[in-house]
Amino acid sequence: MPIITVDGYELEVKAGTNLLDALLSRNIDVPYFCWHPAMGSIGACRQCAVVQYANKDDDRGRIVMSCMTAVTEGAIFSVDTNNAVTFRESVIENLMLNHPHDCPVCEEGGECHLQDMTVMVGHRNRQYTGRKTTFRNQYLGPFIGHEMNRCITCYRCTRFYQDYAGGHDLNAFGSRDRVFFGRAESGVLENEFAGNLIEVCPTGVFTDKTLSKNYTRKWDLQSAPTVCTGCSLGCNTYTSERYGELRRVHNRYNQEVNGYFLCDRGRFGSGYVDSPKRIRQAGMLNAAGLYDVVSKDSAIEHVRSMLANASKIKGIGSPRASLESNQSLRDLVGEDNYCSGMTNTEREMHAVILDVLRSDLNSPSMSEVENFDAVLVLGEDVTNHAPRLALSIRQATRNKSLKLAAETQLSEWQDAAVRELAQNQRSPLIVVTPMTDRLDEIASQSLRMSFGDITKLTQGLIDALTSDVSGEKQRAGSSESNEVVRGIIETLLAAERPLIVSGTSVGSPELLKRAANLAAALKQHKKTAGIFLCASEVNSLGVCLIDNHHSLESILDEAPEVVIVLENDLSLRLGHRFDSWIAKMPRLIAVDHLDHLTTSKADIVLPAATDPECEGSYINTEGRAQRSMAVFKPAGNIAASYHWLDALRDVTRVPSEIRAALANQFSELQVLDDAAPDEKFRDAGGKQPRMTHRSSGRTAMYADISVHEPKQPIDEDSAMAFSMEGNQNRSPSALRAYTWTPGWNSNQSIHKFQIEVNGSDVAANPPSFVFSDSESFCHYPRGNISNNVLIPQFHIFGSDELSAFSDELSQRVPLPYLRIRSEDAQRLGLTKDDGVMCDQVKKSTPLRIIIDDDLPVDCMVYPKIAELFELNGLDNASFVRIDGWHSPPAIITSDRTN
Amino acid sequence: MLLDMLSAIWSQLLTLAEVLKHTFTKADTVQYPEEMPYLAPRYRGRIVLTRDPDGHERCVACNLCAVACPVDCIALQKTEDEDGRWYPEFFRINFSRCIMCGMCEEACPTYSIQLTPDFEMCEYDRQNMVYEKEHLLISGQGKYPGYSFYNVAGKSIAGKDKGEALNESPPVDVRSLLP
Amino acid sequence: MSDLVLYLLVFGTLGGAFAGAAILVWFERRLLGIWQDRLGPNRVGPLGIGLALADIIKLFAKEDWVPPFADRFVFIFAPTAIVMAMLLGFTVVPYTSELHIADLNIALLFFLGMTSLAVYSVLLGGLASNNKYALLGGLRSAAQMVSYEVFMGLSLMGVVMLSGSFSLVDIVNAQAERGWFVISQFFGFVVFLIAGIAESHRLPFDLPEAEHELVAGFHTEYSGMKFGMFMLGEYLGLILISSMITTLFFGGWLGPGFLPPIFWFFFKTFILICFFILLRAGIPRPRYDQLMSFGWKVMLPLTLINLLVTGAVELWL
Repeated sequence: MPIITVDGYELEVKAGTNLLDALLSRNIDVPYFCWHPAMGSIGACRQCAVVQYANKDDDRGRIVMSCMTAVTEGAIFSVDTNNAVTFRESVIENLMLNHPHDCPVCEEGGECHLQDMTVMVGHRNRQYTGRKTTFRNQYLGPFIGHEMNRCITCYRCTRFYQDYAGGHDLNAFGSRDRVFFGRAESGVLENEFAGNLIEVCPTGVFTDKTLSKNYTRKWDLQSAPTVCTGCSLGCNTYTSERYGELRRVHNRYNQEVNGYFLCDRGRFGSGYVDSPKRIRQAGMLNAAGLYDVVSKDSAIEHVRSMLANASKIKGIGSPRASLESNQSLRDLVGEDNYCSGMTNTEREMHAVILDVLRSDLNSPSMSEVENFDAVLVLGEDVTNHAPRLALSIRQATRNKSLKLAAETQLSEWQDAAVRELAQNQRSPLIVVTPMTDRLDEIASQSLRMSFGDITKLTQGLIDALTSDVSGEKQRAGSSESNEVVRGIIETLLAAERPLIVSGTSVGSPELLKRAANLAAALKQHKKTAGIFLCASEVNSLGVCLIDNHHSLESILDEAPEVVIVLENDLSLRLGHRFDSWIAKMPRLIAVDHLDHLTTSKADIVLPAATDPECEGSYINTEGRAQRSMAVFKPAGNIAASYHWLDALRDVTRVPSEIRAALANQFSELQVLDDAAPDEKFRDAGGKQPRMTHRSSGRTAMYADISVHEPKQPIDEDSAMAFSMEGNQNRSPSALRAYTWTPGWNSNQSIHKFQIEVNGSDVAANPPSFVFSDSESFCHYPRGNISNNVLIPQFHIFGSDELSAFSDELSQRVPLPYLRIRSEDAQRLGLTKDDGVMCDQVKKSTPLRIIIDDDLPVDCMVYPKIAELFELNGLDNASFVRIDGWHSPPAIITSDRTN
Repeated sequence: MLLDMLSAIWSQLLTLAEVLKHTFTKADTVQYPEEMPYLAPRYRGRIVLTRDPDGHERCVACNLCAVACPVDCIALQKTEDEDGRWYPEFFRINFSRCIMCGMCEEACPTYSIQLTPDFEMCEYDRQNMVYEKEHLLISGQGKYPGYSFYNVAGKSIAGKDKGEALNESPPVDVRSLLP
Repeated sequence: MSDLVLYLLVFGTLGGAFAGAAILVWFERRLLGIWQDRLGPNRVGPLGIGLALADIIKLFAKEDWVPPFADRFVFIFAPTAIVMAMLLGFTVVPYTSELHIADLNIALLFFLGMTSLAVYSVLLGGLASNNKYALLGGLRSAAQMVSYEVFMGLSLMGVVMLSGSFSLVDIVNAQAERGWFVISQFFGFVVFLIAGIAESHRLPFDLPEAEHELVAGFHTEYSGMKFGMFMLGEYLGLILISSMITTLFFGGWLGPGFLPPIFWFFFKTFILICFFILLRAGIPRPRYDQLMSFGWKVMLPLTLINLLVTGAVELWL
């Protein structure tokens, strides 16, 4: 490790890094704009200037950009010398020449990196008297606002959007002081990670529209560390509240999971918490088929009497509910009467993931995916089903350029140079899916085939690998497919670290089993080979672990008298079978937070807290146990599901007690407690604060109701308080409600909480993996390969249960369509934009025909959205044309107002 | 050391003499309420919200007053009208907590919140000390006539396009091919 | 002196001391107001003098409350002790050569003994309150009074040497011959004055109370008339110390003959009380450690030197 001298102090720094990185890692403040910890240096903004001296006798030195300067043994620098200080001040003065007088009406104000840096360098007065350059803004969709005047031309946005996230529709236009960052014309930003622009932009050019609607400054937000429930990856988020409403979701750095970035579903998809469809009171179905609001006590009383009079009571859990809630239900109905709420197929697929995680196969974390230099995607629609993983896979394809850079002794952080060097050379990525995939554009090879064919291809790969090992001749097959197989095998074996990616969006346990077999076969050749399988929902693996192999069907087949459904919309899972099942259902009790088809059929509905409103443990698809903390106490009768279910048994447990019960029954779940400190944790005698120390309005917020300030609600469930008292800077990362340090109000303060830049959190709990990789992998026997004609297409917006209830996100849910090949269309007498209806289901929604000849033969694709739930589970369907149907224009609501 | 002590003692005696001299000076306080004191225009009394010269609310709901308030007695919520102006959906001051320190006025970037020389605002019911926006908003400009925040800000609103604010050049034509 | 006169004198002293203390409450505030360019209390009765009565009524009307965590007996006993000690101190004060309740030959020692008893009141009050501020106040008070007691007594030995008696009447009479002792015993006067302020813990030496740091010091938990008795004790102490300084250093009742001797005694006492109030108006409170080191490092040596010089002068000159 080289030793450098900075302002007379000797510092030992990490070799091969740049000076800015090293200084920030050692807690020395240097202002910067264009550098980003995840994106490296380009030296565009000139803000991080320091003085470098040639030797000890040199007293003049020369100004260098710290982000572009490699640390070398014995180098001498000064951050504080007058030259550097005045240089940096004049740089920011120049950057601010055209910056508008906007801070009071800017959503970034109070957490603005530009504000922080201006204060840091001490620039105060705009001496330039010339006119300010102005720009017209663009409409960028329902999520992101655009205010181009504020731009300081650091190029972070395009570097993230194009280089990091692979977007095409955001660009830099113009030259000199007229550089404009935006789209070629107004329109929705297409990339799934566009929301990160809000955090990446050092000032307020890209702002959060969903926050602006009910804007709250960062200092007023009451936040908590949460886990995103949008998909199975369990990205870490900060969810924030004010005046009892959820205001925004921000990224929470977790080195091993999501790093610095979130997908737009996670960022903008939590509006369901304040949805008008939210159930806020307990309700009982009356004779007229309407719901009467009943008090908490009488609701509990009614449920108890209903349970007491029934002999066969079944509980249906939910993979989107926390382990605590599921366990509470399990305790209520008994382990043999509990199921995870997943169908047979889902259960079987997740059982494969469990087997893989328990086995000695190498299952990497999401950030480790970035280190694999060849990726084979088998069937999984990564971008739409587990979006954040797609971003990691995009980084994995950069390994080629990093390798090239290493060969030319170029440092990794020399971002522009490394990208220039590699041009379009990427590490191999092979995408094998039925539908066109977002990753196709960076894939070295894209194959379109049906899931059945993908399964066969996988088996072909296994056979090729195993025959290679044993020296046997390959099985006969068509020469073309042999060619493909050989190509893929060569690619995988040529790589240092090949990775197999698949997931439950394929809907076929057989494919997942073969993918696992393939990973095992590959591991015979390459010890470093890995497999990443994406589960369906945030807690799919958790509930799969505790459900004693009961599936939804097996529970329902027993003709129960009373069914308790926990946070689960069964219509989405049962699909076309839902209506017939509901018709036989005698008694239904739903514990849920939204008005959907299942809750609207229930006899008694108990209002449950959403995930940002209560504490919960989730096991993500890596097998990582994570704790999500409550952000705020919901008003009225709403309570956490586990509190409702416990109340039915007349017990009161805090979540840690429920976790203890889980740990008792499942030894693997003993790690749940390590995910975060429990409710007894205290720092300096106090709990951890959820509010910032500058939180305002405490004595006026509720003064319209009563001038006597209400007592803050007490949180008995966790070691966090609904209070500003405490020191968030010392909190363990699992209990830290926001990142802030003096002088660093923006999210860039994260480096103060990292051991080193891009390192792990200073106060991180050790990763708590539920599964030990101890068992050796047993190959799955070959099963039957089925081939569905009707395939659901997952969509990042609309395919999960909850996020489509969000106001803004619902505008981006696709309208119903049916994607078919032209020969199928011809056969059925359909043309583009015709409307069709499925004649096998009762109340079918019209689907617009899209002709897509990239589809494999004998495949029809419909979007997996709540509206089309009845198509779920259909292997094949016949469609009839609706005469005179015109497709509604696909206009986003906010388009009309803008 | 002795000299130090003597000078210290002398200083104490001087102090006593100085205080004693005040036996013969006039009291600075007056017999309120029989006698009303003069309050300067910049006296820090009851808080008002002012309007800009065009009669629009000056407040842009930036929250700086709320965060500057040492007793946290200001609460507001931003919203936006169809013109693109930010304004407070509600603006509430709990005067039973207010200490008339004027920090909110100092913090206000739009000259909206101003303190007036009126302090006689006692109530029998504390709830009446809670002032909502309709109680706070006056129709005048207060102490700073002529100032309109949006005329100097870069954000465009209806009636003030990009490039029309103080010291701004017209919007850049991004599609221009000129260097 | 007939018994009737004696009884009248006793009750007169008693009533006078109480009334004086009550009026002092108002008078001090008025005076402070004048010196601080304010109006001071002026609403109740003429010049606001009704405030004295209003204060008394208020104190009596308040709930007689003892905190549940306090030591009940000691808590109630403490404020009475200071009033008793101060009142007993008045028995030896000679208003004129004729008019005095008791002319003890150890009057001076009796006075010192009585004022010293006041420390129990403050200490016990602080201790019985079972409150950290009260305890701190009580501790400070004990240390302060014990320290200043030492040279308070010693500072008077010069006076005793010069007059050859512990009897206060004799001391005043001695001043008729040798001039007021404030001149010959100037250092003794200064030391006694300062120690007197400390003994009655008046400002600037009110560290046991020190409302800026200790809430209200030893009487934090006191309210109603129990609090009133502490205040009464303080003002009685103020009057007592003033009258003792008058007696010991300013020739007691001695004065030009056109006015009766008793007038001169009360006039001098009144001026001294005003001076005490002036100190309150003018001088800030020292830090606790400054107070202690001033006592032990400056006042004590000064007293001893004064005693030595006085003795030498008496012996050889």
